[in-house]
Amino acid sequence: MDPVLLARIQFGFTISFHIIFPAFTIGLAAYIATLLAIWLRTGAERYQLLARFWTKIFAVSFGMGVVSGIVLSYQFGTNWSRFSVVTGNVIGPAIGYEVLTAFFLEATFLGVLLFAWNRVPPWLLTLSAAIVAFGTATSAFWILSANSWMQTPTGHEVRDGIAYPVDWLAIIFNPSFPYRLAHMLTAAYLTTAFVVLAVGARYLVAGRHAEHGRTMLRMAVGMIAVLAPLQLFLGDQHGLNTLKHQPIKVAAMEGHWEGSHPGDFHIFAWPDEKNETNRFAISVPRGSSLILRHDPNGLFPGLKSVPPSQRPPVVPVFFAFRIMIGIGFLMIAIGLTGAFLWWRGRLFETRWYLQMVQHGWPLGFVAVLCGWITTEVGRQPWIAHGILRTADAISPVSAASVLTTLVLFVVVYGIVFSMGLYYINRLIVRGPQGHAVDAPGGAPGRPLSSAHDAAREAMQPGG
Amino acid sequence: MEWYLPVIWAAVIGAAVALYVILDGFDLGIGILFPFAREDKERDQLIASIAPFWDGNETWLVLGGGGLWVAFPRAYAVIMPALYLPVIVMLLGLIFRGVAFEFRTVAVTSKKYWTFAFAAGSTLAAFCQGLILGGIIQGIKIEDGVFAGGAFDFATPFAALCGLGVTTGYALLGACWLVMKTEGAVADRAREHAKILLIAVLAFMAVVSLWTPLQFSRIRARWFSVPNILFLWPVPLITALTALMAWRWLEQGRSIRPFFAAIVLFMLGYAGLAISVSPYLVPYSMTIWDAAAAPASQIFMLLGTLPLLPIILMYTGFVYYLFRGKVREGESYH
Ligand code: HDD
Ligand code: HEM
Ligand code: HEM
Repeated sequence: MDPVLLARIQFGFTISFHIIFPAFTIGLAAYIATLLAIWLRTGAERYQLLARFWTKIFAVSFGMGVVSGIVLSYQFGTNWSRFSVVTGNVIGPAIGYEVLTAFFLEATFLGVLLFAWNRVPPWLLTLSAAIVAFGTATSAFWILSANSWMQTPTGHEVRDGIAYPVDWLAIIFNPSFPYRLAHMLTAAYLTTAFVVLAVGARYLVAGRHAEHGRTMLRMAVGMIAVLAPLQLFLGDQHGLNTLKHQPIKVAAMEGHWEGSHPGDFHIFAWPDEKNETNRFAISVPRGSSLILRHDPNGLFPGLKSVPPSQRPPVVPVFFAFRIMIGIGFLMIAIGLTGAFLWWRGRLFETRWYLQMVQHGWPLGFVAVLCGWITTEVGRQPWIAHGILRTADAISPVSAASVLTTLVLFVVVYGIVFSMGLYYINRLIVRGPQGHAVDAPGGAPGRPLSSAHDAAREAMQPGG
Repeated sequence: MEWYLPVIWAAVIGAAVALYVILDGFDLGIGILFPFAREDKERDQLIASIAPFWDGNETWLVLGGGGLWVAFPRAYAVIMPALYLPVIVMLLGLIFRGVAFEFRTVAVTSKKYWTFAFAAGSTLAAFCQGLILGGIIQGIKIEDGVFAGGAFDFATPFAALCGLGVTTGYALLGACWLVMKTEGAVADRAREHAKILLIAVLAFMAVVSLWTPLQFSRIRARWFSVPNILFLWPVPLITALTALMAWRWLEQGRSIRPFFAAIVLFMLGYAGLAISVSPYLVPYSMTIWDAAAAPASQIFMLLGTLPLLPIILMYTGFVYYLFRGKVREGESYH
């Protein structure tokens, strides 16, 4: 088999697995910090209990995020060594700064957040949670800067095929970076909000932990009602930016072949790459032109304007983009409906709504994955746009090695992921428990793994 | 080219790797010693002694790998493909042990599997790190600046020896950590283990110190040529003295000193290897100057690293201080 294809499958698989966890932990860290801050201000015990409950789930997810992330940073060398040499001078520092400004912070203060409930005063605990949340967002800042530079490189020069830095500010704040950062961070907060919403609704439907359920529901609905519409706006701006820098990617997202005609917006279609046309299209005439050019007669480049060898695979980009957008609108609908019900004072009694949203927890994850597939597959055939092709970026490693390790990754991740999901579900079934922690200093230090602990409780019958 | 930049970077990465080896070394060591604990209660105690730290410890590995990419991309691009299989198997080992922290006691019926995963993952990761070390010391085949060997070039008896040596060394660090952080039966057993491991580690160090000069003429020249030998002869002497002190402290029932003696022992071995191969990053084909990133990149990264590293060390120290003292049996339960 083709080693390039295998390496791509391996990277796509491991990073898709990884991003599931950051998408959740970036938001959850911020949520926990918020809960603790409210507890600190109001002294209301239920916020502390909620924070402890989510901290246990956070611990399990964070662990999986860390171990899968370490794999990624090494894969740049093991699988994409040519890429490392060509772009290392330019985006290497972004990764380096990510480690120095984000990973150490997160990892170290996570230890405090998880294990020091009885050892430190509440303000320090809250501060640790805030530092962890800040660390996760900082991590996103750097890694997205690196990724955005691969999409829209600026501030460098290429000599003998190797990229050299010229202007660091232009490299870090490259044209697509602000849009990607805003869109991804919002995506992470939305993803978490939908998990919180689903858990809250689940408790209310089951008639358990009702008070906690209501708190979660209120906080999540408030978040979604604001962020989901914002995400539509950010995504639109992001798309306009992409049109400027990577027009062929946009053509693939829109299934737009003829640049000489205004673009229709295809609600559904099957892009036929061989015949360079769409089949079974259901379209809003001139819809894409209206969105992208704000003019029904506006023109934008079509796929046919470049030879097939310079086009990305159209089908995955086209469908991933549609799924993301579809979920985006669904999220807006859920957020606004919830806000309306809340305003009418019926949020906690409207059973059809609760029953629906309790199943909504995967929405954010699916949208995030689809967004990244749009972005990454749409960048092909380039790994760093205009600088290095994916096919030229790989390591001198045999296909057999890559295949063997790919199989190992699939097996190991399969086990870890299914067990992790299973344990998280047990924690949720168990729900917020027990008593608030005594006054700090009262009890002796208990360096225990909070996840263990809660899960142990979860196994006891009758919970 | 600014000749001193690669030197500074080699020192920074060298320090990061050293910190990694010490810090993750002792918590991997706990995993290696896991099968020797008598019952689950003891194993919970072992885990509790490292649970708040392991994630931060492992981050030094990310800094070591990431730093190599940032500062020496050409070496990174040669070493990683050449040691492809041990690197990836090490990562898989780290995955299993990393998630086992959270999963282990969660599971009632499958707890024994996660206990096994923690022990096996830690041991595998340690062994692979030794293979990587051995693979680097014995040299990598390069043509036109690109790795040109086969998938199993690394697999030599020498690399296997290094694998066992590193595993034993981590177990020693782990045992001394337990002597420091635990009490009662666990600490007593750790003390006995530490003594056996100390002897084993010395044996490995002796074999590697004899093997490398015999097999690799450059290492022989480095150590035994005149003036070098005049500066270098104290290294083995200090090593022997440290080991002696460690043994006495273990005998005397000291709880903190053996751990630091083990660290010194590790650092001496590390320094010995650094003396053997420097200034090569990929012995004997790529020096730190051949492999360096563009000076502009090295400077840009250094500007942040110099202030940030001390800050990181400070808050890392703070967390170790926060969780100071002994872990007691039963504390890991509610
Ligand atoms: C800093 C770099 C970076 C970042 C932040 C991301 N990617 Fe990426 N991605 C790459 C760097 C990269 C790459 C190294 O450049 C790949 C490897 C092969 C390729 O074509 O690009 C790639 C490929 C790639 C592929 C395979 C595409 C193909 O080969 O056709 C998928 C599915 C993803 N990525 C998914 C993701 C997801 C889910 C991400 C969310 C975190 C993500 N990428 C972030
Ligand atoms: C190619 C891309 C990526 C690489 C090489 C990478 C690398 C890593 C590494 C090494 C870790 C572990 C750090 C530790 O020890 O604590 C990690 C964790 C993390 N990464 Fe990534 N990452 C990538 C993509 C992303 C993206 C796109 C985001 C977010 C937008 C992200 C956000 C995070 C966060 C928040 C963590 C903290 C741990 C967690 O997952 O919960 N990463 N990543
Ligand atoms: C509602 C309308 C939305 C629009 C118009 C939109 C638009 C876009 C566009 C145009 C891109 C590709 C940019 C590029 O590759 O250059 C993108 C990527 C992405 N989208 Fe969306 N999006 C929407 C909703 C969402 C939602 C709800 C989520 C997740 C909760 C999400 C998550 C992502 C992610 C993670 C990426 C990849 C990272 C990036 O390039 O920013 N999007 N989006």
